[in-house]
Amino acid sequence: MASQTTEAAGHAADAAASAPGMPQLDFSNWGNQIFWLLVTLVVIYFVLSRIALPRIANVLAERQGTITNDIAAADELKAKAVEAEEAYNKALADARAEAQRIVAEAKADIQADLDAATAKADAEITAKAAESEKAIAEIREGALESVKVVATETTAEIVAALGGSADDKAIAEAIGARVKG
Amino acid sequence: MEGQLAHIGAGLAAIGSGAAAIGVGNVAGNYLAGALRNPSAAASQTATLFIGIAFAEALGIFSFLVALLLMFAV
Amino acid sequence: MASEAHGAEEGGLVFHPMDQFIVKPLFGGDTIQWYTVTNVTLWMALAVVAVIAMMVIGTRRRAMVPSRSQSIGELAYGFVYKMVEDVAGKDAIKFFPYIMTLFMFIVMANFLGLLPMSFATTSHFAVTVVLALAVFLTVTIVGFVKNGAGFLGLFWVSSAPLALRPILALIEVISYFVRPVSHSIRLAGNIMAGHAVLKVFAGFAAIAVVSPLSVVAITAMYGLEVLVAFIQAYVFTILTCVYLKDALHPSH
Repeated sequence: MASQTTEAAGHAADAAASAPGMPQLDFSNWGNQIFWLLVTLVVIYFVLSRIALPRIANVLAERQGTITNDIAAADELKAKAVEAEEAYNKALADARAEAQRIVAEAKADIQADLDAATAKADAEITAKAAESEKAIAEIREGALESVKVVATETTAEIVAALGGSADDKAIAEAIGARVKG
Repeated sequence: MEGQLAHIGAGLAAIGSGAAAIGVGNVAGNYLAGALRNPSAAASQTATLFIGIAFAEALGIFSFLVALLLMFAV
Repeated sequence: MASEAHGAEEGGLVFHPMDQFIVKPLFGGDTIQWYTVTNVTLWMALAVVAVIAMMVIGTRRRAMVPSRSQSIGELAYGFVYKMVEDVAGKDAIKFFPYIMTLFMFIVMANFLGLLPMSFATTSHFAVTVVLALAVFLTVTIVGFVKNGAGFLGLFWVSSAPLALRPILALIEVISYFVRPVSHSIRLAGNIMAGHAVLKVFAGFAAIAVVSPLSVVAITAMYGLEVLVAFIQAYVFTILTCVYLKDALHPSH
């Protein structure tokens, strides 16, 4: 044992100069490694099993619970949202129907007003046209008479200027024939 | 003379590493072929894949160990 | 003999890939007693500190919405918990702290061992053999306590033809006792191999022509080793779970 350890130490000392055998097979330091390994494993085991693993397990369980709750809440909210959307759609449809009804009513009203106004305007226009025709006829009458008078007078003057004499009756007849023709 | 023979032996033992490489390649290649045929089952078999690779590789490590022993411990 | 082979070639190109695994007393002295504070002690203590930092200090606020450090701790917890539950079964949950201890120690020791100038405690058979034997003894004791003699049914393959069963039982027994061997050598061998390969590539960096290549190779290997460090911890833990499942439900 002692010679082995000194040999190993000798190996370690002149390691730079010479390559030793496999250090893994140097059984003199196995006891040392095994001792420290067991210490290490026991320390890690206690740290993990006493502190780390329960803590992480708690955190994970808590998070799982929170997530489950949140998902339930989210489902509820989603149902509510669907409900609200349905209500909204229904309100929208109602409003649209109402609007259509109002539009139709307004259209009918306007049409009726328009019809009445058109009829009234038509009647007025007809009356006005008749009146105007009558006035035109009167004016035309009047104009014809005036022409006749002026023509008769002018004719009488002309006849007198020419030194003739004509009775009024002949002149009136001649004028009447002319104007008519 | 004896040392040189040991070195030759170490070189021969290193062939075992190549054999292990063939084995590992076989495992991984067959896994890949299977995984491409049925990708949905691939994830559940990765553990088996690693176990298979580990077993195949362990034997290559044995031959590597023999080589090391011949090089340094004989 | 080994030193001749190494030192003589290539004019100063020297490889000491195994020197990084030498156990040295930390505060001088030549002899290593079982209580001597060595670099093993230092790096194991650092692993403990890292575990405490990650699992205790990181989670100290117990926040409902986790901070970054807390979610790392929770991730590790959930990772191992799910592994135990899926692989070993629900009734193995009471072994969860034990398995978590193994996983946290191995993963921390592996990662700390990757730091430059550090010492990889898990590359020593002394360490991994103890870990593997601890698992082996736990599993065997639990198996016998839980199932009594029924635990021996693990070796008696009742689905095989009767004539084959004794042979299969022999094979099963052998494979059962090889478990701690492969379990320990796998972990130590992987870590040792990775570190030795890194050192060998680092030795090549002394030659100016190939040193850029060597640096690139070290970088790539280092990336692979980071992966291996985690995967070996994972594999060790999951095999522990598999063995535990055998102990709790030995029916074949």
